[in-house]
This record gives sequence, C-alpha cells and structure tokens, in this order.
Amino acid sequence: MHQFSIQPLFGSEGWSIAGYNIAFTNSTLWMAIAAVTLAFFVAGGMKRQLVPGRWQMAVESFTGFIDGMLAANVGPGGKKYVPYIFSLFMFILFANFLGLLPLGVIGLHAFTFTSHFSATGVLAVLSFAIVLIVGFAKHKLHFFSLFVPHGTPVIMIPLIFCVELISFLVRPFSLGLRLFVAMMAGHVLLEVLSSFVISSGNAGIGLFAIAGLPSFILMVGICALELLVAGIQAYVFALLTCVYLNDAENLH
Amino acid sequence: MPQIAQLAATYSSQIFWMLIFFGFTFFVVGRGMVPKVMDTVAQRDKQIADDLAAAERARAQADAEEEAWRTRENANRAEAQALIAEARAQAAAVTTERLATAQVAIDATLAEAETRISQARRSAAAEIEDVAADATREIVSRIAGLTLDDGAVRSAVKENLVHG
Repeated sequence: MHQFSIQPLFGSEGWSIAGYNIAFTNSTLWMAIAAVTLAFFVAGGMKRQLVPGRWQMAVESFTGFIDGMLAANVGPGGKKYVPYIFSLFMFILFANFLGLLPLGVIGLHAFTFTSHFSATGVLAVLSFAIVLIVGFAKHKLHFFSLFVPHGTPVIMIPLIFCVELISFLVRPFSLGLRLFVAMMAGHVLLEVLSSFVISSGNAGIGLFAIAGLPSFILMVGICALELLVAGIQAYVFALLTCVYLNDAENLH
Repeated sequence: MPQIAQLAATYSSQIFWMLIFFGFTFFVVGRGMVPKVMDTVAQRDKQIADDLAAAERARAQADAEEEAWRTRENANRAEAQALIAEARAQAAAVTTERLATAQVAIDATLAEAETRISQARRSAAAEIEDVAADATREIVSRIAGLTLDDGAVRSAVKENLVHG
C-alpha cells in the first residue's frame, strides 16, 4: 500500500492557504507531469499541415474521437464541450498510463493520482457541476422534469421522482469512485502478485517454480489488462460525462 | 489504505493542485490548442469537399462539351451526306440529259444516213436501169437489127431486174 501514500516533496509540507495545507506532494508532481506531457503531446500536433504527419495524425485522431463521441451522445449541441471532454479524457488517460510506467526499474516510483478519490472526486464534481449549471441555465426549473420519465402514471410520479433524484445525485460518487477503484484494484493486484514472486523466490527454488513463476506469467497478462483498463476507465469517465451532458442539454 | 488514512491531511492539497493542473490542462490544452487542431481538420475536410465538388463540376462541363461536340459532329456529318447525295443526283441528271441529247443526235445522223443510203440505192438502181436499157437496146439493135422503142426496152429491163 506504500505506493498509494502521499508524501510532501521539496520540504513543502508547511505550505498552506487560509489554513488549508497545499503541500506539493508526489501526487501533485504526477499531476504536473501528466498536464505537461499532455500539453507537449497536443502541441506537437499543432503543425497545422494540410497533409498531417504521424504526430499530427495521432492528435487529430484523438480530437476526432472526442468530437465523434460528443456528436453521437449529445448531438450537434455537444460541439462546445469538446475542449472540456478532451481535457478530461486525455488528462485521465495520461495519468493512468504514466502511473503504469515501470519506473521502479530505474529506482523512481510512478504515482497514479487517479487511484485517489480525493483527486478523481474533483473531476467528478466538476463534471457534475457542469451538468447542473448547463441544465439549469438552459431549462431553468424545467430541468426537474428530467426526474419524471415520459409516460409515468400520475400516481407514481412522487416515487419515481425520488428514485430518479437519488440516481441522479449518486452520479458524481459513482463517477469518481469507479475510476479510483479500477485504478487502485489493478495496482493492488500487481503488487500482490509481485510480492508472491519475490517472497516465493526468497523462500526457495521449489516454491518459486510452483507459485512465483505462474504469478510472474500472470503479472505479464495483468499488465496488458491494466493498460486496457487505463484506456477504458478514461473512456468511461468521458463517455458518462457525455451522457450526463446529454441529459442537461436535451433533457429526455 | 492511504487514500482514507491520509485523507484529512491531504485532501486540501489534492483538491487545490488538481484544480490547478486540470485547469491548466483545460485552458491551455483544451481551450488553447484543441480548437486549432479541430480547425485544421475542418479546413482539410472543407478543402477535400471543395476539390471533389470542383472535380465533379469539371467532369459535368466536359460531359456537356462532349455532348455539344457530338451534336455538332452529327449535324456536320448529316450535312456532308446531304451534300454528297445532292451532288450525286445532280451528276446523274446531267449524265442522263447528255445521254438523251447524244441519242437524239445519233438518231438524227442515223436517219439521215439511211435516207442517203436509200437515195443512193434508188439513184444507183435508176442508173443501172438506164445502163441496162441502153445495153439491151444496143444488144437488140446489133443482134436483131431492131430499133426498139425506149419505153418498151425500159419496162422490159425493169421487169427483168425486178423478177431476176
């Protein structure tokens, strides 16, 4: 579990604003790395050539992917959310992938800040706040009709309204927790398997052959799975935000 | 689980820096760079669509020009055929006319020649009659010593000449 612990860096544990601690931690460092890497990646695709090179093509395929996702889920009104969804998707994607880098080989330790709900929660609340702001700005109090699906019998409206309201209010939690749980579970799984490999190796060659080697082979497969999960979780976060934005933009 | 164990000590730092760096990502990358990238894509799509439309227009124009050329060509060919037919008909008419004229001339010449021949034959026959009559009278006078009437000799000669 040490890989998830947050430590202040550069002697910044005393930094604070209005009594709140804002230490520059290892988590913060990896947020910065993700943001800067992402900015570098997208900047590399801004050559604006008529015939794109490989890098420009890669960046354009990502923006096209986000654009297509918004067009499919929100419709023509979704175009204006491309910057936000793109930032969200790519920031989470880069965070997930950077956290999986095998930097332990050269003595450094990657930190996956998306495995902290205090970080994913910020993004989830941000998405939820945008949905609320857009919804109420666009539909005023009519936005509450979102909680009463079409064709609900009048007698059922109070009950359905409560159920829908609860499911709506759960969204930021499910959004933030899903990402945090998926990233943490993967890292814990890899850690457990690698501890099998190391402790069985220390215990003797026989035990290593029985437990260590299969665990190691399994780890290789799980690593590939984790890369997949890193992409999928970023996609799910962005996709669900699109779906929620669709509710705010078009109601039902 | 450090996420919970350290929550009280780190939540403010996590939230603060998350907002800072996600804000940086959103404003610098999302708002600053992504629209330009998408603009490039849109520009390229537009150019491709324009080029395709231009090519389509050019093709339609070429088709129209070819059609016009074909119409013109067909008209020209029909005109030429008409000209040829007319010339042929004219030539045939001229030939027929000339042939008719020649035929008439030949017929006239022939008729004239036949008349001449029959005239010549008649005069020749008359001369033969004269000569024969003279010869007969001479013979008769010499052999029989008779002086015959000219008309009698002539009719006898004519009878003999006709009946052989």
